[in-house]
Amino acid sequence: MLRKVFPHPLLSVSLWLIWLLLNNTVSFGHMVLGALLATFIPWFTSSFWQEKVQIHKPWLLVKFVAIVIYEILVANVVVAKLILTRQEKLQPGFLHVPLELKSPVAIGLLANTISLTPGTVTCDLAEDEKSLLIHALHIEDAEATVADIKNQFEKPLKEIFD
Amino acid sequence: MLDIILSILIMLGGFFTLVGSLGLFKLPDFYMRLHGPTKASTLGVGAVLIASAVYFSTSTDEVSLHEVLVTLFLFITAPVSAHLMAKAALHIRVRQDKRTLNKSDQ
Repeated sequence: MLRKVFPHPLLSVSLWLIWLLLNNTVSFGHMVLGALLATFIPWFTSSFWQEKVQIHKPWLLVKFVAIVIYEILVANVVVAKLILTRQEKLQPGFLHVPLELKSPVAIGLLANTISLTPGTVTCDLAEDEKSLLIHALHIEDAEATVADIKNQFEKPLKEIFD
Repeated sequence: MLDIILSILIMLGGFFTLVGSLGLFKLPDFYMRLHGPTKASTLGVGAVLIASAVYFSTSTDEVSLHEVLVTLFLFITAPVSAHLMAKAALHIRVRQDKRTLNKSDQ
């Protein structure tokens, strides 16, 4: 019964929280209105969510977010230095990152994380969904860059979603 | 004291946004220029938003959490738009700088 009313509990909870944040309030009226929206929006958008999103290890997700924020900070400083000081010596290039992830949500999150980290942008997903094409602003060691992405981002995502 | 921390945060945000724009202006090809805005929109806007959240939470009675949402939406949309531009550029075969490693087949 509960499953029928809330086919995507995670989505419902996030929608409810986002509604309260949007209104910057915790008043009773908005809690009810938010609950209504959190119930109905997943119904209407259910065709977008054909596969169930399951988070196996929520704590790992929190840790993953922390790692990503830290990486963004570090990469920001590195890329700022590159742009300001060594612009002529930059070595841009394309890289293939082979994927072990299967779930579309996990692949999407990995692609977004790569784009969010300064210095790398996800350009394309191979048609067989087995590798990502990314563009890097400066490559010192191609293999190490790919290994970094796989270790830091793909491994935790695999544990969380696959 | 708080004022000083907030000023530092805003200066930091301004600095990274400036470097991002410089990169957008000076780098040689489209793909490299794409890296400028992704930078500016993470740490640059992030620092300004933290400053804003702290300032409005301390100077008024209410806790200001709109900034959390702005960050959330930004972090969802910025990489998607960067990805779509890169994909479109590959599709119409935008010129790639001659230094580029493993040039994508043109």
